Amino acid sequence: MTKASPEITVVVTGVANLASVLAGWKRLGLATRVTEDPEDVERADFVELPGVGAFGAAMDRLRATGLDQALVRRVQSDRPTLAICVGLQVLCDASEESPGVAGLGLVPGTVQRFPDHVRIPQFGWNQVQNPAGGPIVDGYAYFANSYRLPLAPAGFAAATSDHGGAFVAAIWRGNMLACQFHPELSGAWGLGLLDRWVRGRTGKGGSP
Amino acid sequence: MITARILPCLDVKDGRVVKGIKFQGLRDAGDPAERAAAYEAQGADELVILDVSATTEGRKTAAETVRRVRDVLSIPLTVGGGVRSVEDAGRLLDAGADKVAVNTAAVRDPSLISAIAQRFGRQCAILALDAAARPEGGWEVVVSSGRERTGLDAIAWAREAVSRGAGEIVLTSWDRDGTRQGYDLPLLTAASAAVPVPIVASGGADSAQHLLEGLRAGADAVLAASIFHYGETTVGDVKAFLAANGIEVRR
Repeated sequence: MTKASPEITVVVTGVANLASVLAGWKRLGLATRVTEDPEDVERADFVELPGVGAFGAAMDRLRATGLDQALVRRVQSDRPTLAICVGLQVLCDASEESPGVAGLGLVPGTVQRFPDHVRIPQFGWNQVQNPAGGPIVDGYAYFANSYRLPLAPAGFAAATSDHGGAFVAAIWRGNMLACQFHPELSGAWGLGLLDRWVRGRTGKGGSP
Repeated sequence: MITARILPCLDVKDGRVVKGIKFQGLRDAGDPAERAAAYEAQGADELVILDVSATTEGRKTAAETVRRVRDVLSIPLTVGGGVRSVEDAGRLLDAGADKVAVNTAAVRDPSLISAIAQRFGRQCAILALDAAARPEGGWEVVVSSGRERTGLDAIAWAREAVSRGAGEIVLTSWDRDGTRQGYDLPLLTAASAAVPVPIVASGGADSAQHLLEGLRAGADAVLAASIFHYGETTVGDVKAFLAANGIEVRR
């Protein structure tokens, strides 16, 4: 029996390079749809939370639409979820970028600004190293960020990069993968990661 | 460690690449999408499209060009030329650009930078700064494709733009552009020291040696058009040369 090609549901956050994100999936030959309906986001087989811009603005928008709770329930039930850039950051407890704004609290830790002696924003290709196995292979990824998670949180596997010291390039656990870099802009390496992540999941939650 | 970036730039007019005709291996060297894919295959780190259309009708084709390029391109895409409002920026981002560069309109109204940064994030807000040397020293901002000197100090303008949310500066030496004599290195060094954001060197490069000098002078990335367009050298060749000279590049 042939299995239907998976469809990727992309969350409309209002602050993301949405066209670029959708074009990445299209180049892989996968269908996409966009939504900002919380019920949809909670239940869809594959959900991507893209994001650029500020932590506070992203959280405000998620709360206003009820997507915050939908995402929490989705990740807690281990449905396949991919978070990109600020999408990774809002999974955490908080960020120095927007003091006093609570994140989704799914990943322990506070997002911090890069140290002053390096270029900020970090713009460009940086080497990602992953000694842990899992979906990420060593290679160059494209980053565009001023803030990052400095340490791998307890309970998550992590790949790291270095910009004024080591920082978290990606973390994953079960069916959740969160990338500080932009796989859709990271050439063949990035598309390979997206492809492996989708093919390695069942889309139904629980163990793949 | 973050690597030095090589950014080929396509000048596009009415949907066609207008500089460079002898690009090897393409059926149609004037097609932006074909050219973009070829540069990505060579190892380009990002692509820049500068819309040089002179008419409103020509500008409308820019979004369509961006869409066609985005369909085939898996690296970041910056688009500039004629961006006058947040709505202009939004149209290009909706078409698939990742960053939008503002130039003359931002000099006339600096709040344009703040507005784009607030709406789309500072990683989308790129300042294209054209500078010309002053006889008494330093540099001033020039606009309208070099036709108008503003009297505005280029380094002070770079600082203001960054304080308003510009996430990167594409810095073009108007004195060197088209001369094939290499970048204005003191300008790159001064701008690089003045602001925390990345500096992209532009204007005057004619060889891999020029790109190396620009990076050593303080640029984080180098933009070049003609040295790649005529098929004399490839991005891969340039990266091999830079790596042999101790510059870390993605290969």
